[in-house]
Amino acid sequence: MQKIKKYISFFRLRFTMGLQYRAAAAAGVATQFAWGALHILAFHAFYRTDPSAFPMTIEATVNYIWLQQAFLAIFAPWITDNDIFEAIRSGSVSYELCRPVSLYTMWFTRNLSLRFSRVVLRCFPILLVALFLPDGYRLTLPQDLHSFLLFLPSLFLGAFVAASLLVIVYAATFFTLAPQGLRAVVTAASEFLSGFVIPLPFFPDSLRRICEALPFAAIGSTPLRIYSGDLAGQAAYTAFGLQIFWLIALVLCGQLLMRRALRNVTLQGG
Amino acid sequence: MKLYFKYFSIHLKSVMQYKVSFLLTVFSQLMLTVTSFLGIHFMFARFHTVEGFTYNEVLFCCGVVLLSFCLAECIARGFDTFASMIGNGEFDRILVRPRNEILQVLGTRIEFTRVGRMLMGIVMFVYAANRGGIPWDVPRVITLLFMILGGTTIFCGLFLLYAGFCFFTLEGLEFMNIFTDGMYQHGRYPLSVYGKRVLQFCTYIIPFSLVQYYPLMYVLGKGGGTYCIFLPLLAMLFLIPCWIFWRVGVRKYTSTGS
Repeated sequence: MQKIKKYISFFRLRFTMGLQYRAAAAAGVATQFAWGALHILAFHAFYRTDPSAFPMTIEATVNYIWLQQAFLAIFAPWITDNDIFEAIRSGSVSYELCRPVSLYTMWFTRNLSLRFSRVVLRCFPILLVALFLPDGYRLTLPQDLHSFLLFLPSLFLGAFVAASLLVIVYAATFFTLAPQGLRAVVTAASEFLSGFVIPLPFFPDSLRRICEALPFAAIGSTPLRIYSGDLAGQAAYTAFGLQIFWLIALVLCGQLLMRRALRNVTLQGG
Repeated sequence: MKLYFKYFSIHLKSVMQYKVSFLLTVFSQLMLTVTSFLGIHFMFARFHTVEGFTYNEVLFCCGVVLLSFCLAECIARGFDTFASMIGNGEFDRILVRPRNEILQVLGTRIEFTRVGRMLMGIVMFVYAANRGGIPWDVPRVITLLFMILGGTTIFCGLFLLYAGFCFFTLEGLEFMNIFTDGMYQHGRYPLSVYGKRVLQFCTYIIPFSLVQYYPLMYVLGKGGGTYCIFLPLLAMLFLIPCWIFWRVGVRKYTSTGS
């Protein structure tokens, strides 16, 4: 119990720190709102062109985009703790190693708290406004309680998978020492593969099937598709199961990589 | 101007010290662009046209916007980190030097890594220009050059505006991203796709459609008279209010003291 408390206080510390940036959050809300609106307008234009080629219903697409903007910070691959990269590069990470905490768990909770503190400030205004827009652009409530109940844990799982993926990037920085390149590649790939550019159902079928099995889909795609009713019944449960599978796999991978990295860590200078 | 080239060569030399890191960043920049291209590709594999624009035409539009955005980013990236320059007092040092401030801020950072994106922009653009069935003639080529020139100017103006806001807020405003990154991300599609109101906003408030939509219509031969050739030049006037805003900011500037 004592052990868990430690990490909870890490979480609380970072969380309250994140809550300080309220002006930034207000600006972020406006940005994300405009971003979402433009996306939806573009999808409407495609819908007008050929409604029969649309792989989701238009309502589901609109819901998908609003939720994506509202919960962006939970899934966004670019939310990283820059202090950690700096610590690894400069060697001050050695102080962290002296502390009686598991580095993996600490970094994991830090990333998670960063995500949640941003979302808490940003999601409510976006959701609220989106709920009262004119028809066709409005965020609608989920079709049944069932998919909503599955959506909530799925959302949290998405955040966990995102955090576990990032700790792997942190750990890999021990080997490369220059984070920019690796981080940018991971960001670009996961942004695309988790359906930020266009939702996964809009991919060609064969590619979509591969992407759905990848961990990236478990981050930003599955929860949104469950909410919007695009994934329902058996498919929803399969996707949900995949999320759990990837969380376990990525955590194991990350811990293994971290252990290898720390075994070889050489501190440059004093 | 000579000073700018001096800055240019210093940055080029410093980048070349870390070749691997540079190449990786160029590669990742390229990937970011490839993913946004794939987004368009997949959409058109499914729908074929949108609002009367074909795949090639959208690709052409996307290439032009991408190219002008990258050029602007190469030149004016210094403004992007301007908030931290005010924060740490670096700007005070610039003010005491007997040279133009804008030139010095520009000189703090020149992004060569954008070469990756630019390459992609050129590829897309050439591909679409060849296959799009555009009857190339002298006025169209001139229009195209004007579009890129005008686009670069508008993006530079937006970066300048962004930096100007920093004088009043002391921090970067994420809100401005809608106009810089947003214009580039959403400018991939001709603006009429977003409906009339967005088009109006981008004509009268920020003259983005003057370099994108209207001249595009002319080049593609979809209506739009000969006057469209010169619209991008008109749009370049946008730089003037941005510059005035910046001047007001400089005049109002009080150091943060650190």
